[in-house]
Amino acid sequence: MGVMDSKVPSGPLAEKWTKHKNEIDLVNPANKRNIDVIVVGTGLAGGSAAATLAELGYNVKTFCYQDSPRRAHSIAAQGGINAAKNYQGDGDSVYRLFYDTVKGGDYRSREANVYRLAEVSTNIIDQCVAQGVPFAREYGGLLDNRSFGGVLVSRTFYAKGQTGQQLLLGAYSAMNRQIQRGKIKSYTRHEMLDLVLVDGKARGIIARDLVSGEIERHSAHAVVLATGGYGNLFFLSTYCMGANVMAAWKAHKRGAFFANPCFTQIHPTCIPVSGDHQSKLTLMSESLRNDGRIWVPKRLEDAEAIREGRLKPTQLSEEERDYYLERRYPAFGNLVPRDVASRAAKERCDAGFGVNKTGEAVYLDFDSAIMRYGREKALTSGMKDPDDATVRKMGEEVVEAKYGNLFQMYEKIVDQNPYKTPMMIYPAVHYTMGGLWVDYNLMTTVPGCYAAGEANFSDHGANRLGASALMQGLADGYFVLPYTIGDYLSDDIRTGPISIESAEFDAAEKNVRDRIQKLMSANGANSVDYYHKKLGKIMWNKCGMARNARELKEAIKEIAELRKDFWDNVKIPGSADAKNQELEKAGRVADFMELGELFAMDALHRNESCGGHFREEYQTKEGEALRDDENFKYVAAWEYKGDPSKAELHKEDLEYENIKVKTRSYK
Amino acid sequence: MKIYLKIWRQKDADTRGAMVDYTLDGVEADMSFLEMLDVLNEKLVSKGEEPVEFDHDCREGICGTCSLMINGRPHGPESLITVCQLHMRSFNDGDTIVIEPWRAKAFPVIKDLIVDRTSFDRIQQAGGYISVNTSGNPVDANAIPIEKEMADKSFNAAACIGCGACVAACKNASAMLFTSAKVSQFALLPQGRVEAAERVQNMVRQMDLEGFGNCTNTGACEIECPKGISLENIARMNREYLSATVKG
Repeated sequence: MGVMDSKVPSGPLAEKWTKHKNEIDLVNPANKRNIDVIVVGTGLAGGSAAATLAELGYNVKTFCYQDSPRRAHSIAAQGGINAAKNYQGDGDSVYRLFYDTVKGGDYRSREANVYRLAEVSTNIIDQCVAQGVPFAREYGGLLDNRSFGGVLVSRTFYAKGQTGQQLLLGAYSAMNRQIQRGKIKSYTRHEMLDLVLVDGKARGIIARDLVSGEIERHSAHAVVLATGGYGNLFFLSTYCMGANVMAAWKAHKRGAFFANPCFTQIHPTCIPVSGDHQSKLTLMSESLRNDGRIWVPKRLEDAEAIREGRLKPTQLSEEERDYYLERRYPAFGNLVPRDVASRAAKERCDAGFGVNKTGEAVYLDFDSAIMRYGREKALTSGMKDPDDATVRKMGEEVVEAKYGNLFQMYEKIVDQNPYKTPMMIYPAVHYTMGGLWVDYNLMTTVPGCYAAGEANFSDHGANRLGASALMQGLADGYFVLPYTIGDYLSDDIRTGPISIESAEFDAAEKNVRDRIQKLMSANGANSVDYYHKKLGKIMWNKCGMARNARELKEAIKEIAELRKDFWDNVKIPGSADAKNQELEKAGRVADFMELGELFAMDALHRNESCGGHFREEYQTKEGEALRDDENFKYVAAWEYKGDPSKAELHKEDLEYENIKVKTRSYK
Repeated sequence: MKIYLKIWRQKDADTRGAMVDYTLDGVEADMSFLEMLDVLNEKLVSKGEEPVEFDHDCREGICGTCSLMINGRPHGPESLITVCQLHMRSFNDGDTIVIEPWRAKAFPVIKDLIVDRTSFDRIQQAGGYISVNTSGNPVDANAIPIEKEMADKSFNAAACIGCGACVAACKNASAMLFTSAKVSQFALLPQGRVEAAERVQNMVRQMDLEGFGNCTNTGACEIECPKGISLENIARMNREYLSATVKG
């Protein structure tokens, strides 16, 4: 396992990061001017990394497929960002944040990375506030907090339901400052199509200008991939339409190991699928579970009556409702982690209790919160004996102030008023915990190629708790990479500029051109979306919320067949030398079809259930996930060997020196 | 539903565009407007024709990428939403819908319905930030208490998604609402006050350089803004600008 050295520093957990920072090599400020870094992706991880690296003095080039760095999908994160500030005095600490995150990740994340994440979390809030991120505040002027699933403290900082937007705009404004100073050159509407290795090191990328179609060469001393996750291989997901795995997959093909591809988070509170035309799913923030109670009817006949429109949910009394999360998990109730809540919803719907036409929805009900807040507000406004209508009106105002934009979004999509009738929700693909394998320095197995944020695998394990993705993106970008990349680049102070006129760049460019040519010349009958939807169906049905060996084996076969059909029968109109959205999609879907096969292989080999990976063969009598620490307490890192089916498995054993690995219980 | 579409087709920035008619059958009320276009494109591709290109990404109303003039209104007939949140239930069987790109000199057409909005980025690069280092700030976040009302106001300004509907709605193609939202977000926070004068001057200068028109207080921008950004911000920016220029 020579190439896969995690480089976790020795010593006590709480001192590892400080010790590491003290020991790694630095680059003299005057030398940073002679070093170029490419950052691909400009979301929370890429944007913050680019800004910080530029500020340190490196010459940075950023690439994004969107028309502006500010449009990266981090912008859509609604709920919040965690930090162990303990401003609420409810017993939070770095250790507790670390512990919750490792436990929430079902003990499949790297202990040292997670501890570092918890450690720098407090700095993130300081940084963002200094940049002018308008977090929610209390009347005393101090920052407000709320709680998220899987934890018992209020450590989540937020800006209404638009936290991701505000944090991304913060990182983007920091980028703008560096663009203005000439330290960042921003390439928008550009897509990375290959990674270029020179003498085994990442030295540049091949990119396509999505407007002109031109193929470009860009060199650098190091390449940072901050390209997000790959959940769009399910076709329907909460990802933006353009999110893809292309950059990461190309790096994988050039030698970067791909870790735990099957660990995919299914978020419990999304707006259910409405029909075949649907192109994406919309999330309702997990923060809603602070006040919303999840239920289905207790009796099958009531569920049926609701599905057929004969009965309204508001007509069912408390006693006729099954608040199944509160019933099964009294300690955490509606705030159990996402994987637990998702599976519980699926279980009830599979048992016939679903409440929408397709039977794939449960209720998220705000009625009791509205009345509770209303009574409180009435009391504090000095009303002695308000009637129910007044209480409800006041309660609705409080709920609107907290979640107004989410309620509005729901109403626009579903055409129902969630203040008057409970929301319908169902789980959907939301975040991928797997990604490129990285060491403690966030470097992949390709020297000089780094992966940050959702694109890497290290911090979330098999499941991700709420409000931890924003934290990881910004931690990697603002506080980790800028240090660790210096250790590698210190060897490059005498290298000088990397030429783009080399055999390696020639070969990579040829590779890219050949592939585009192949895509354009496959003059078949089916659109790219036709294949993407087919792939998504296989993934959701056979590699989705529940998996079993038989179906996974079928999926592997079906994906390979679909891939072959794609290359023979896809049809891409237009030209490769101009703007061509079909061609863009085709390249992405082609990669998804390779990754999909590896994903299924990974799920098949992992004979246990943990986090977002639920194998039907491995569950307790009560239907809870049955983990196998003896045999699977490792990271599965796959090495590309010419075809996904030939991928070679490497294992990084996970050591937990500081916490006792226990069965995860939220009861 | 059967829908008749008139869509602006333009090969690239240098080629003359034209309206093209399409008829689309089987449109469902639950489809989003962009999903309706997906269905149209699927049909075009299967016939070997080039699909209609339009910008879109998150499809949940927050990235600000989608940008269609629908029957002469940015983001279509409903208020406080982007095109991706517009559903076909807002239209009737047999309707004719006219779809065009944003219209403004500072937003040149790239292809079909896609325009170049990088002028917005350049306005922000001119000063839309607080000049603070990104590599570790020692000051605790709660060391700067901010009045809730001011934080909320700042947030309301910061909610701008930079879609450009304000420009498209404006008869002068003015970018005042966008620029003023950015100016306001920082002007309302104590962290942003230090360089407020310089910021507003630089951003306004860049806005003018990009070829955006002037504000004549028509208010169409506020009406069409999917995020409800208030005209108050323009008034604030004017005050900020005036005081900055008076101070010199």
